[in-house]
Amino acid sequence: MVKITVDDRELEVEEHLTVLEACIQNGIFIPNLCFLKTRHHPHASCRLCFVSIEGYDRPVTSCTERVRDGMVVKTNTPEVRALQKSAFKLLMSLHPCHPKICPTEKPCLLMRIAKHIGVGLNPKPLEHIDRGLPDLVDFGPLYYVPNRCVLCAKCIHTCRTINQMPLLTFAKRGIMTMVAYFDGEQNTSICANCNACVDVCPVAALLPKSAFTSSVESRKA
Amino acid sequence: MEAGKHNANQLVTEEEERAIAEKLPAIFREFSQERTNLLPILQRIQETFKFLSPGAMRAVANYIGISTSEVYGVATFYNQFRFHPPGRHEIKVCMGTACHVKGGDIILENFERKLGIKEGETTPDREYSIERVACVGCCALAPVAVVDDKVIGYMQPSKVEGLFLQFEIQRKIREGQIKAEAS
Ligand code: SF4
Ligand code: SF4
Ligand code: FES
Ligand code: FES
Repeated sequence: MVKITVDDRELEVEEHLTVLEACIQNGIFIPNLCFLKTRHHPHASCRLCFVSIEGYDRPVTSCTERVRDGMVVKTNTPEVRALQKSAFKLLMSLHPCHPKICPTEKPCLLMRIAKHIGVGLNPKPLEHIDRGLPDLVDFGPLYYVPNRCVLCAKCIHTCRTINQMPLLTFAKRGIMTMVAYFDGEQNTSICANCNACVDVCPVAALLPKSAFTSSVESRKA
Repeated sequence: MEAGKHNANQLVTEEEERAIAEKLPAIFREFSQERTNLLPILQRIQETFKFLSPGAMRAVANYIGISTSEVYGVATFYNQFRFHPPGRHEIKVCMGTACHVKGGDIILENFERKLGIKEGETTPDREYSIERVACVGCCALAPVAVVDDKVIGYMQPSKVEGLFLQFEIQRKIREGQIKAEAS
């Protein structure tokens, strides 16, 4: 065990943990979208989990930083918030929020992050970018909602952990990057009873087809 | 390419897939079954067939021992790969710096709207395919399109219209001949 100080609170935590994990375990919320416990190398792509650490000349992502004895961490300095706000605004410029049709449990993770760092869910002053992607993409056993996806890669990693041969992948690149599904000969029916990717997605960008059709039907009824 | 799910499937017939599958072993023989050979193998396949069919990507995945998704993910990262068979008329719109400055993107959009497909795609009747390419080396003529290997300079929307008019007339003649022969 090591002792660290987070926002003036003294914590005793296991020494192999990342700062992010240590904080979350102790009920200290740090915004994060792409962190997954099972991932050996943090993806560190969402750029939301910044913290200031004493002795460092700039904020660092807490999902990539391991705790050390005597570490002094601040989760809410102006520098940290400024970075988080920019990252969040960039994210929201590709993620138009339609809470009424979005099936996430409210408040969703993005809503909680917005509240925590003190910004709205709109991308202002950035503009919303329309990538011209379809509303719904047929993934065989699943549906994918590209405009909701925040590209955290949790689904892809989870699928890989379970299957070795992941059925999900990132396709294309840059601003056009999206999750894609490609069934091979080896693995056509794996998805039927799995849904692990659906469960891990923070923004309901993956939906099991069964649930989807039943909810559409119940709305019709 | 339709975003996300690979949907060249409707375009590529089973027969074509079979013809491709027959030739793949010869290509595979040139490469060991290593992951580092993924790109070279895909390049050879594209060279040979001018596009990567779903069946070919499955076969590559099997050969190297990775998932088809991974093959697809890697291939879509690079602009050089096509996922649709080329159309009878191949339209390439230059997106090099000079052409870009001169409104190449408008020309591309013109073609896309006219044909109802996006760059990288082929019309369902396999008549036309659109591709974006980097500088074709005649920037002075910007914006440039290369249609069936003919360079067309100073592109304008009206030239796009003119091209299609010409192609459609050709097609009518062609189909008229086919009918004439059949009757
Ligand atoms: S996941 Fe996105 S769309 Fe859904 S409620 Fe949250 S912010 Fe809105
Ligand atoms: S589908 Fe969900 S889990 Fe997968 S990358 Fe997008 S947001 Fe993340
Ligand atoms: S959780 Fe650290 S960068 Fe996303
Ligand atoms: S940029 Fe188009 S020909 Fe050079």
